[in-house]
Amino acid sequence: MKKTPLFALAGALLILASAWNFPVLAVNPDEILDDPVLEGRAREISKGLRCLVCQNQSIDDSDAGLAKDLRVLVRERLTAGDNDDQVIEFVVARYGDFVLLKPPFMASTLALWLGPAAIGLSGLLAVFVFFRRRRTAGAGAAKAVPKPAPLSDDEKRRLDALLKGDET
Amino acid sequence: MAVYFGIGLTKDPKILPSVLIDKPVADFTLPPIEGGPGQGFSSADLKGRGVTVLNVFASWCVPCRVEHPVIMRLAEMKVARVYGLNYKDDSKAALKWLADLGDPYDAHGADTKGRVAIDFGVYGIPETFIIDAAGVIRYKYVGPISAERLDTEILPLIRTLSQ
Repeated sequence: MKKTPLFALAGALLILASAWNFPVLAVNPDEILDDPVLEGRAREISKGLRCLVCQNQSIDDSDAGLAKDLRVLVRERLTAGDNDDQVIEFVVARYGDFVLLKPPFMASTLALWLGPAAIGLSGLLAVFVFFRRRRTAGAGAAKAVPKPAPLSDDEKRRLDALLKGDET
Repeated sequence: MAVYFGIGLTKDPKILPSVLIDKPVADFTLPPIEGGPGQGFSSADLKGRGVTVLNVFASWCVPCRVEHPVIMRLAEMKVARVYGLNYKDDSKAALKWLADLGDPYDAHGADTKGRVAIDFGVYGIPETFIIDAAGVIRYKYVGPISAERLDTEILPLIRTLSQ
């Protein structure tokens, strides 16, 4: 019984700890630009650029050396006066479309963008067709099987005996 | 779907194709490794003097050490100039690395901040570029060069570009 308050305390601390969390930033204080508008643009652009070392994180999230270099580069281009598209184009010109976390919509990426929806739709279609076929097959089968002839008296007596449990 | 999957499984997803193939090198100037020989090199040095193999390396890079004998062999064959781009390295460590293992490079450029390498689309060293006499990037390989790759891909391309 003495353990209950302890568990309650542990539980409360756990809930507090999980609620009181800070977003983990890879951006170092020395990278942050003085101009908050530029810094905001830099963060947004960085979130859309892939870190090519880890490849599943943005350069905003990644601690890799190349990610930091690219973060600094983005800020330099913004400070030099480039607009957002120009900054992104600068990076894409050197690393290709793969550096964009959201792949551009173009002929070569049609399969990537439309694929999941196309597969999902064809799956739904297959399910639909399957159930329709089953229904028509069931109805047809019922018509195809002839009704059995009614039982004779002798057969009825045998059936009753069987059902009562005393087969001769 | 099965076709995509089947083909996809044979490829390494980490390797990016270079978008700089057939593009001219960006303008740059690199100093020599501090305390080391030479004057460094610039983009102008890559034009009008035959084929150049640009090898991006660093003393902290383990696969660079693995490919080093192959780079030495390439340099000894003297079919192309071999330039070394020392990527984000400490000058003392880099010079010691070259002294210990051997220096295959006709020129060294110290890219301590890695900014020039970004202009080459470098993301994971070692990386090796073949640049033709007009200063156009014609080939890029990410990863250590094996002896087989030297013989089957790099030497033939150098021969073709040298004609």
